[in-house]
Amino acid sequence: MEVLFYIAAAVTFLATLRVITHVHPVHALLYLVVALIALALIFYLLGAQFAAALEIIIYGGAIMVLFIFVVMLLGPLAVEQERTWMTPTAWVGPSILALILLGEVGYLIAVGDHTVNVVAETRQKGISIALYGPYIIGVELASMLLLPGLIGAYHLGRRLSREGR
Amino acid sequence: MLSTPALVLAIMLFGLGLIGLLSRRNILYMLLSLEIMLNAAALAFIAGGARWGQIDGEIMFLFILTLAAAEVSVALGIVLQLSHRFRTLDADAFCELKG
Repeated sequence: MEVLFYIAAAVTFLATLRVITHVHPVHALLYLVVALIALALIFYLLGAQFAAALEIIIYGGAIMVLFIFVVMLLGPLAVEQERTWMTPTAWVGPSILALILLGEVGYLIAVGDHTVNVVAETRQKGISIALYGPYIIGVELASMLLLPGLIGAYHLGRRLSREGR
Repeated sequence: MLSTPALVLAIMLFGLGLIGLLSRRNILYMLLSLEIMLNAAALAFIAGGARWGQIDGEIMFLFILTLAAAEVSVALGIVLQLSHRFRTLDADAFCELKG
């Protein structure tokens, strides 16, 4: 388990380092997706299975898709630009890091202990009960945060589309 | 016990995000660095929860996730507006506030 953790930590660190040093936004986003998936594996190794799933679904899925949409919206969508952004060499680094992670997950599936799942179930139940028990004020505050976020994003996007016409 | 190395990794990731935020002037990369720093904070919470065997760390992770989602949606709207008005993403170009 410790070896798996250190490999995933190295992958996270390298990918994050490439994010902040890269010039092309799309390449940086590819590396950030790899870093988030590696971080999800670390969450799993720390015993937070639900957090690992959320990290992949919401961070690696929803938030990164938002970023990629905005990057695509920013520049003119020229074929030439796509060609310079998506060169084959751009895939090599993230692919190698992702393959390392895939090997770790395969190893975990093959030889990992499956008694963890039973513990995770009761733990998940505890999270749900605590979320709507002592932490109910936090849930309410999160909903109060999300509604202005929704309105703000709608407002900013709407003015842009009206001016564009 | 994996909590201490996880905390060290969280510190390193936070440092990388801070360096990126301070050194890059492209507003998109500044947002990415903010995401990295939020992730590092989430990792610290998860490591703390794993150390004490409590579920509070994961609950704080849920709240950080909500915060990040709201922050990203608004911030990317602002990025679109800025690139539409100024035709650049350089953070130093947005200096028209008078005060």
